[in-house]
Amino acid sequence: MSRDIYVVVEHREGLVEDISFVGLAAARAMAEGIGGEVVAVVLGDGRLIEGLAADRAIVVEDPALSEYNPEAYVAALEAILADELPRALLAGDTSVGAEVAGLLSARLDLPLVNRCVGVRAEGETLGFTAQICGGKILVDGLLPEPTVLVTVVPGGFAVEEGKSETAPSAQTGPRPTLDELRVRVRGHIEPDVGDVDISRESVLIGVGRGIQQEDTVELADELAGALGGAVCASRPVVDQGWLPTSRLVGKSGRRVKPSVYLALGISGAPEHVEGMADSGLIVAVNTDPTAPIYDVAQYGIEMDINDLLPTLLERVQEAKG
Amino acid sequence: MKIAVVMKLVPDLVEELEIDEEKARLDTTWLRLVANEPDEHALEQALLLKEQLDAEVIVLGMDGDGMDDLLVTAAAKGADRIIKLTGADGDTLNNHAVARLLEPAIRELGADLVMTGVQAHDDLDGAVGPLLAGLLGWPCVSYVSGVVLEGAGCDVRKEFPGGLVVEMEVDLPAVLGIQSAPQPPRYVAVSRVRQVMKTTEVEEHPVGAVDDRGAAEVQALRRPSVGERASMLEGDEREAADQLVAILQKAGVL
Amino acid sequence: MSYEAAKSAVVLAGLVVAGGIFGLTAYRLLWVNLRAGRPSGPLGGWWRRFLGLMTYVGGQRRLFRLPVPGIAHFLIFWGFVLLALTIVEAILEGLLALRDPDYLIPVLGDWGPLAFAQDVAAALVAGAVLYALYVRLVVDPERYRASHKSQGVIVLGFILTIVVSLLIMNGAGIELGEDPVAEWRPVSDVVGQGFAGLGDGALEVVVEVAYWIHLLVVLVFLVELPRGKHFHVVTSIPAVLLRNLEPPGRLPAVRESNGAPGVGAIEHFTWRQMLDFYTCTECGRCQDACPAHAAGLPLSPKLLMMELRDRLKERGDGQELLSGGAAEDAVWSCVTCLACDQECPLFIEHVTPIVELRRHLVVEGAMDHQLQQALENLGRYGNSFGQSERARAKWTKDLGEPVKDARREPVEYLWFVGDYASYHPAVAGITRTTAEVFGEAGLDFGILYDGERNAGNDVRRVGEEGLFEMLVEDVVGSLEGCEYEAVVTTDPHSYNTLSHEYPMNGRPVLHYTELLDRLISAGDLVLPRPIGSRVTYHDPCYLGRYNGVYSPPRRVLAAAGCEVVEMPRHGDRAFCCGAGGGRIWMEEGPMTERPAVMRVREALALDDVEALVVSCPKDYVMFQDALKTVDHGNGLVVKDLIEVIREAL
Repeated sequence: MSRDIYVVVEHREGLVEDISFVGLAAARAMAEGIGGEVVAVVLGDGRLIEGLAADRAIVVEDPALSEYNPEAYVAALEAILADELPRALLAGDTSVGAEVAGLLSARLDLPLVNRCVGVRAEGETLGFTAQICGGKILVDGLLPEPTVLVTVVPGGFAVEEGKSETAPSAQTGPRPTLDELRVRVRGHIEPDVGDVDISRESVLIGVGRGIQQEDTVELADELAGALGGAVCASRPVVDQGWLPTSRLVGKSGRRVKPSVYLALGISGAPEHVEGMADSGLIVAVNTDPTAPIYDVAQYGIEMDINDLLPTLLERVQEAKG
Repeated sequence: MKIAVVMKLVPDLVEELEIDEEKARLDTTWLRLVANEPDEHALEQALLLKEQLDAEVIVLGMDGDGMDDLLVTAAAKGADRIIKLTGADGDTLNNHAVARLLEPAIRELGADLVMTGVQAHDDLDGAVGPLLAGLLGWPCVSYVSGVVLEGAGCDVRKEFPGGLVVEMEVDLPAVLGIQSAPQPPRYVAVSRVRQVMKTTEVEEHPVGAVDDRGAAEVQALRRPSVGERASMLEGDEREAADQLVAILQKAGVL
Repeated sequence: MSYEAAKSAVVLAGLVVAGGIFGLTAYRLLWVNLRAGRPSGPLGGWWRRFLGLMTYVGGQRRLFRLPVPGIAHFLIFWGFVLLALTIVEAILEGLLALRDPDYLIPVLGDWGPLAFAQDVAAALVAGAVLYALYVRLVVDPERYRASHKSQGVIVLGFILTIVVSLLIMNGAGIELGEDPVAEWRPVSDVVGQGFAGLGDGALEVVVEVAYWIHLLVVLVFLVELPRGKHFHVVTSIPAVLLRNLEPPGRLPAVRESNGAPGVGAIEHFTWRQMLDFYTCTECGRCQDACPAHAAGLPLSPKLLMMELRDRLKERGDGQELLSGGAAEDAVWSCVTCLACDQECPLFIEHVTPIVELRRHLVVEGAMDHQLQQALENLGRYGNSFGQSERARAKWTKDLGEPVKDARREPVEYLWFVGDYASYHPAVAGITRTTAEVFGEAGLDFGILYDGERNAGNDVRRVGEEGLFEMLVEDVVGSLEGCEYEAVVTTDPHSYNTLSHEYPMNGRPVLHYTELLDRLISAGDLVLPRPIGSRVTYHDPCYLGRYNGVYSPPRRVLAAAGCEVVEMPRHGDRAFCCGAGGGRIWMEEGPMTERPAVMRVREALALDDVEALVVSCPKDYVMFQDALKTVDHGNGLVVKDLIEVIREAL
């Protein structure tokens, strides 16, 4: 059995996705514990190994892999895994990783653990912590042996830990035949940014289920105005119709990286955290002291947002003079 | 065209979740089960396709608490057949086991397309959709937010993080993991559900032995500890607001 | 053939033709169409019905809610009742002309006092018609917009012609010296003097021409009558006589056609509702009072009635009544405030047909997303907030004194708290204050904690009858296990449905303002610190118009030392905050101004009023919100009545 930890590197439009750096960081923690190597698996574009904190990389280049296609990805990964089975194969718990991991699990009869937020090595044994129920419950368990598929979510490992100044040594992986794929990419639809492109704002006020009333959105908007930013939201608020989809942050919405993110009444479900975990300064206001948002926030205030917001707005306006 | 929709129930996150004494499962005393929201979108998408073309919509679920109500509601919304897989305790099965039980049932139905929610918040061993597709040997696209059926294939819109949407063409038969339907799941009046309850039979489909390999061993469930990273600002509204303003000033946004 | 013979023949023929057309039309509209409708509930209370007929048709009482138009209509109505005799007289004389051209029918033709009454009535009618024409053509108030204006003007012209031709006929007759009761007709006499210079022959011609004009217009009017809004002359009598005598707060049970509940086709209305559609006079008083219309939403109760009347007249078989778009939007715009029903001089019901239409739309799933979400929440959690029932009594946490659990121990008053008072963050403080005041008054009270559900008043008015029934089962289930003497609630909406639509087994349901009123007048609650401020009070629709509770809250405010200054629209004319009938759960839609904002402006326009006092949690939320968007330099605040009491304690 190999002790190596493979990480499927997710990329889009020539850029490596942050979740892959999180995966590399998690892989490092695992590999160090059991004495294996971190192996980055890059499909499509070998140049992307630059800056990956891995010991080596397996690269497969093929026009069919230039952008994500579940059929091509699964075929390529199956070929790689046919060469050697690692201790674990990590991927992001995203619309790429979750899909590929599920297909591989069933096709190769490999166990799968999803929404992994933490890993730990106890001697030869690898343990994991997964988030379920919107982050309200954590599950501790052991990663099955000899080989396991794992999908990771942000929160447990810093993106920076998965980055490196240098590139790992690359080897070319097996190249399966990738014609006659049953899924074909037809084209792209760029996201509708709406009136405000929240991915470009440096200050964001995120509002979630905890605001309870539509009026609070207006107050939050005032606060955003005072801070020179914009309002964004988690799924429940958008589902209520209180803000348009263009303001949605998270898995099915936009990904944002403002220098300041104020999370108001947001519990911090992984679907939302995925979209904002990389913000500079995160301050969370929530009545539930166990809310997972406090795991990614630097500062927290345990309070009903409707109690705090009027005073906060007042103080901010005073501070501005 | 036969569309099979696979649905399940998940714990309602509106309720405070408690963990039982063995720390192995959620405490069921206050647990409220609700239909998995992405599954509701999968059903809505299937019903929209049915309205556009001559499709038969068959909804399947594992027998368990609340499944009859879920299936009857689906029938009230317009599903043609509702089937529960019986003979296994649906409340305790992992997704690998569920996918293995579904596989022969889907083949038997002769479904051309399987749609299910992209995920459920209590998944621990992957979502049902890709697992089922892997077992069936069918192509799979998940995180789908729109489906158009055309001839022998279908066009889907797959969502990526950051809001990018890619259009993909998928050969049938296939499995799709639905993120959202083009319109919110429809409302069905209580009176209609009650009426359907009287007139519609939930079909029972016995399943074979359970094979639940493929998931990790769970040691314990726990609730996240308070503020593992965040330092909490104490005091009343005024004090908290003052501290926050100071932090914002330090961050240079004020 | 002699002129007299021709006259008799033509009058007879005219009568047969006009009467025949009238009869056939009335037969089709009132017999064929009404029989296609659903059965209406059993009719009883005949004495009450008869008195109502006397008061509201005979006495025209509701018309006087607009005094001058009311007087004008009263004059036209009663004038015409008297003048109807002259029409009978004219027709009979025409028919009998062959026998004796100068024949005078006994009493009708030769009794002085009657002649006098008719003469004066004709003049008054003419005056009232001229005023009505002035209102229609010159003033042209907003309430007449989209009414059949030309039809109205033409009919007024008919009436004017009928009375003027009568006066000319009689006047010329007096000049001819043919009138045995000439001295009883002072107005005709004056008119007749206008023909003083003419010879007898010419006067004869004038009399005959006036006669023919009179008769012709009468017959044309008869033909025209069932074709438009003036059919109310006929239908108002059965419509008022057979009106719904149930309390307005009790909606009729769902009726089904082929398993489909509600109204999806015009035939799904009851025949009594159909009678209402014919009876609409297009006066627009309902529209003037309608908050949805005032807010610029696509609802006018008047236009809805006119639309339904048109659909009924051109009835095809089972045609879908609402086909999306504006018609559906109109139905969803209604706040069920009952102002339209209250204003209608002829007791036409608007709210009930709207709810019937909604019942159909709900089963079709045709509603906006926010409403859908609210209904799903109500079905799952028993509240529209989508919160756990375990959080329902969270507001009690910070109370010094714990509130009794009425399910565990007997209480005198079972306090039904309601959704907004329980869950809305802005109302929780008021709910706590209520508990404290009840405590101060030494009240033995308890709540249902997580056993309470939304009582379903607005769920029912949204048209989701199945969900309403489910909520009733839940609430009744919780109440069954409790020992209590009366229910008290702070929520007028719960108050309404609990009072009228729940099996309360004789236990009274009180609004907290009623309870406070009783406690104060019995001396059980003493308010030692009168506050001495000027306030105004907003009547909640479901407390006021629906249930007639107007004075208890005002007495309580007076006892607390407040001077209550009334807004122009108060009591049964109070203007809805815009939240009722489930509107608070729906998307607002394109409004020109929100009803709550209009209402707050109305309060702001009062001199030196410190507070807008409310007695409904939804009002509190709506007005607080509205006040934010309105410049209120004079520092008006929205207060719940209980806060005023707290201050006075």
